[in-house]
Amino acid sequence: MLGPLDLNLIWNSLPDLFSGLMVTLQLTVLTTIGGILLSVPLGVLRTSPNKFISGPIWAYTYFFRGTPMLIQLFLIYYGLAQFKAVRSSGLWFILRDGYWCCLVAFILNTAAYTIEIIAGALRNVPLGDIEAARAMGMSPFTILRRIKFPIATRILFPAYTNEVVFILQSTSLASLVTVMDLTGAARVVIARTFAPYEMFITIGIIYLILTYLTLWGFRGIEGHLYRHLRSRKEVVSEVPVLR
Amino acid sequence: MALPAFFDLKGYGHLLIDGALVTLSVGVAAMLVALTLGIFGALARLSKNRLLRSLGTTYATVIRGIPELVLMLLVYYGGTVVLQWLLSLGGGDVRVDINAFMAGTLVVGFVYGAYATEIFRGAFLAVAKGQTEAGQAYGMSNAQVFLRIELPQAWRLAIPGLGNLWLTLLKATSITSVIGLTELARQADLIKAPTKMPFTVFFMACLLYLAMTAVSDVLRIRAERWASSGFRRS
Repeated sequence: MLGPLDLNLIWNSLPDLFSGLMVTLQLTVLTTIGGILLSVPLGVLRTSPNKFISGPIWAYTYFFRGTPMLIQLFLIYYGLAQFKAVRSSGLWFILRDGYWCCLVAFILNTAAYTIEIIAGALRNVPLGDIEAARAMGMSPFTILRRIKFPIATRILFPAYTNEVVFILQSTSLASLVTVMDLTGAARVVIARTFAPYEMFITIGIIYLILTYLTLWGFRGIEGHLYRHLRSRKEVVSEVPVLR
Repeated sequence: MALPAFFDLKGYGHLLIDGALVTLSVGVAAMLVALTLGIFGALARLSKNRLLRSLGTTYATVIRGIPELVLMLLVYYGGTVVLQWLLSLGGGDVRVDINAFMAGTLVVGFVYGAYATEIFRGAFLAVAKGQTEAGQAYGMSNAQVFLRIELPQAWRLAIPGLGNLWLTLLKATSITSVIGLTELARQADLIKAPTKMPFTVFFMACLLYLAMTAVSDVLRIRAERWASSGFRRS
């Protein structure tokens, strides 16, 4: 049925694909970590009643959530060279490299989505819990640390799991700016062998496995962390949902 | 059409507008594909037939597990090879060129059809059972119950989700640029060199995407209001 599917060729390409896989995983992990570091403080500030604080953060998330990630990547990879100040700065050796541009673009993108996830969860912390903490005489920071964060984390867990899956899948865009991730490695093999069908099916299957491993892994962590709440566990989707 | 001066981009600015129009057409065409697939996918997932149900589940599981870019490349480049092979079975050497607009529309539509399936499934499930029973009590056929009772009500419930789907789909059309379709992202990529203003060009492209998003948002709010006319807000 599959006709021209050349299994031998797939077998021989596995070492190349494996090194690509490592780059994909590395990009995913670093983007996830960078995204969390950026979005936790900004997510808290996003809920600030002060418009001068929450406004600029809103503008940032609106821009990054309203435009395609592909353009954001190109804006950084090709765009920054337009400015002499950037070219002559100490950061230029980082920003002309596809890999670093990817990290910057991916982190800015995922942080924009995560900030809104965090802010949404913080707004949904039951007011009674916060009032109880205030009545106990906790300071605002202590309330954040002891009450708001733990409850918000539980609320945002399913949405954040989904976000990590999106990070994983969107790292494939790195191949468009010369990075040898899984997709990039496949394209190099294709240039050598002209076997697009075999290669794209193979990496498609690899991405499929990675996606569901990530999804199930996070679901497992969630189930473990909140096992004391198992009786009131909400229904979660078994497949990635819209971001 | 006269463009504002800041949008001139050394005379290349109008190409971005052309690109935005192509983006909109791929977006609308793909949305139609996604809606069609979504309705049929939801019916398959809700059907009593086990084969249809597992077909619907497999579709959603596989499509959402693979990056859009990889699916796009697979269909476009892989599809060319497979078609060539199939046609050469009939004898002779055949050259196949897949139309980029078609391939782009189908892939984006196919991917977002998987998300639309979930939206419609939820909407069909939320239509009160008494409604369909009332239809049956009137002696309507299954098709009549579906077309006159279930679909109009599911539609109303699906609109917020579908509005969100459209916004995501519109941004996702940017990956059709990798198969050479000259939509907004590709046009920006093409004119970054001759204008020597890559940042300005890509930033303008972003503004065009944001403009399309903002207009869509207004339309979505109107559509929600229109679809829920006759319903009291709770």
